[in-house]
Amino acid sequence: MPEIITKDGSIKQDSWVVVPRPADGESLDIPDQPALIPADLWLAGKEHFEGRDIGVWFDSHDEPELLDGLVNELPLIAVNFPKFADGRGYSIARLLRERFGYQHELRAIGDVLLDQLQFMKRCGFDSYALREDKDASKAARALNFFSQGYQAATDTDVPLFRRRAS
Amino acid sequence: MYVYDEHDRQIAAERVAQFRDQTERALAGELSEDEFLPLRLQNGLYVQRLAPMLRIAVPYGMLRSEQLRRLARITRDYDKGYAHFTTRQNVQLNWPALEDVPDILAELAEVEMHANQTSGNCIRNTTTDQYSGVQVDEIADPRPYCEIIRQWSTFHPEFAFLPRKFKVAVNASEKTDRAAIQVHDIGLQMVRNDQGELGFRVHVGGGLGRTPMVGPVIRDFLPELDLLTYLEAVLRVYNRYGRRDNKFKARIKILVKALTPEGFAEKVEAEWAHIKDSPTHLTREAIERIQGYFTEPAYDSLENATELLATQRFENRQFDQWLSHNVDSHKKPGYAIVTLTMKKTGTPPGDVSDTQLEQIAEVADQFSFGEVRVTHQQNVVLADVRQDQLFELWQCIEPMGFATANLNTLTDVICCPGGDYCALANAKSIPVAESIQRRFDDKDFLYDLGDIDLNISGCMNACGHHHVGNIGVLGVDKKGQEFYQVSLGGSSHHDATIGKILGPSFAQEDMPDVIAKIIDVYVDNRKQEEPFLETYRRIGIEPFKERVYA
Ligand code: HEM
Ligand code: SF4
Repeated sequence: MPEIITKDGSIKQDSWVVVPRPADGESLDIPDQPALIPADLWLAGKEHFEGRDIGVWFDSHDEPELLDGLVNELPLIAVNFPKFADGRGYSIARLLRERFGYQHELRAIGDVLLDQLQFMKRCGFDSYALREDKDASKAARALNFFSQGYQAATDTDVPLFRRRAS
Repeated sequence: MYVYDEHDRQIAAERVAQFRDQTERALAGELSEDEFLPLRLQNGLYVQRLAPMLRIAVPYGMLRSEQLRRLARITRDYDKGYAHFTTRQNVQLNWPALEDVPDILAELAEVEMHANQTSGNCIRNTTTDQYSGVQVDEIADPRPYCEIIRQWSTFHPEFAFLPRKFKVAVNASEKTDRAAIQVHDIGLQMVRNDQGELGFRVHVGGGLGRTPMVGPVIRDFLPELDLLTYLEAVLRVYNRYGRRDNKFKARIKILVKALTPEGFAEKVEAEWAHIKDSPTHLTREAIERIQGYFTEPAYDSLENATELLATQRFENRQFDQWLSHNVDSHKKPGYAIVTLTMKKTGTPPGDVSDTQLEQIAEVADQFSFGEVRVTHQQNVVLADVRQDQLFELWQCIEPMGFATANLNTLTDVICCPGGDYCALANAKSIPVAESIQRRFDDKDFLYDLGDIDLNISGCMNACGHHHVGNIGVLGVDKKGQEFYQVSLGGSSHHDATIGKILGPSFAQEDMPDVIAKIIDVYVDNRKQEEPFLETYRRIGIEPFKERVYA
């Protein structure tokens, strides 16, 4: 079972699997366990998945606008970082949280490394599928390199310029 | 000038600790080279031809004398005793050792300096006019807004991995633009609207490099309190839609062009509508708090020293020349703005030794409230000098080599490090600058030519801003040989223009002659006081071509 880092740096086991996008002409093959499927495919067959442990994942070029109004029907949403240097996932996360009001678990998947964890946390991710070769015991430190940030983001409504004023 | 409070200090200290940790993991092989790359770049560390290069941020060009002294010490202790002022108002060290960098950053943090986001695909140092706060015709002091942008952009969690680097510049004068804002990813021109309210005209999508462009206006008036939310909207649109498949098409200018400026502006407005009133919306108090750091120094109440200066000029011709060229008028009576030129023939433009850094600190303390500003033309400004002390200052800096009276003239060359230092260079640039400076060493002739921007880059990356030089020189590689392409008519000011290529490139030894012929055409064709650029615009490129390729 894969290890998942949580927001406070602890490690949890879980059984969610990421189902890749099927090739053209193939159909979605969902295993008999909690599964994350491409967001557009979930939308297309939504009724079908009711009552099952199904969540969705977005790739970095996907548009989260797709699920405006529906996000809280999902127990888990994941955002894929195909390369850690592809920063689109940070914007997707903030939109899911701050614009579409997503309340449940938001997970970073793909090329998830230690030095990006704190940015991910600040943008609203609360679980992280750290890449397997990375040392999960260092995650707690990496999540907390900084004790505060200058900006408002998903984690805080109060940018430093407002904290200073109070 | 801005002073850190306990929050800034804590964040700076945590940054140093973080980079120490990252460097240790990189040296221990826990981080691959690819993974470490953006981390070190965002701490200013490039790996270069001869050694790593460390680019230290000088936010909007401002430095205190204690910071200059610390830089001097760092160049001595960790480098070869000199540093380089860049065209983005930063300072570069050319020879630090990788394992020393965390210690260097710790030393910098002690004097409230850092190398954050000076490289990499993130929001870089915000730059502005070196005469901010002391010139007569500015709309408001732009530095508090630069500091606000600095804080907002520092470790912004959403924008640390943009498609490409991102540069913001702010200008506050309606007459001049010393910050070259129209060739930045975002250029902010301070303006007042009809109601007298302060705001910004927003240019997006300018830049140099491989595809030089002048940034179009995407918003005519942005109220000042909306600054950060609007920037956040621009960056979000760029982060989501900027190209990531091709490094050469990844700058925001390509996106703006692809969507058209109108199309891009619409997308930004749509995004902004959602976040306009978010907590990132600035408050009056927040702006005033930062403005409180940029108050006027304790000026004496003085009269202009017109008569004294006239006498001193009359008695000393060199002082007279220096005063005419390197000294500008100040908003306060009795004060002046002095530029220390780092362009003495024979030293690479922008290079300073440790001793010179200390000398600059010394004169700043003695003559200008202990502060200086680095300019994007690679010079250093003392912004608040008493007119009755100008002569004494001049006597002081003349032997130091900072009084070459050539500011804004042909020999005040902007020049990148080029092939002597830079792994990316096609050709050397420093020897070209030097050979042209030698050719035009006759002061009277030089002054008669008036202001001419000569900008030299060693390759397409355009670190020397060659596209926007009135005369631009670009190093090119022809079958392994170093050649130089010349362009004419560029400008980085309010009339920003990308220069036009003159024709086939030239060998290094021909460059002084080529420039001399271009100058001859200008001298033959100019009307009275007409500057080079205007003559060029009037007569076009043909007469220059005919003469140079005759
Ligand atoms: C030897 C060290 C240097 C290296 C390796 C280097 C490398 C580069 C590279 C790779 C780019 C551009 C490409 C890009 O990111 O779009 C660039 C852009 C730039 N560099 Fe440098 N550079 C060096 C030194 C300097 C110096 C000393 C200056 C100042 C004189 C400078 C000023 C700039 C500027 C202003 C740009 C931006 C041009 C634009 O708007 O696209 N660089 N540099
Ligand atoms: S313009 Fe080219 S040669 Fe010059 S410093 Fe930049 S990258 Fe190097």
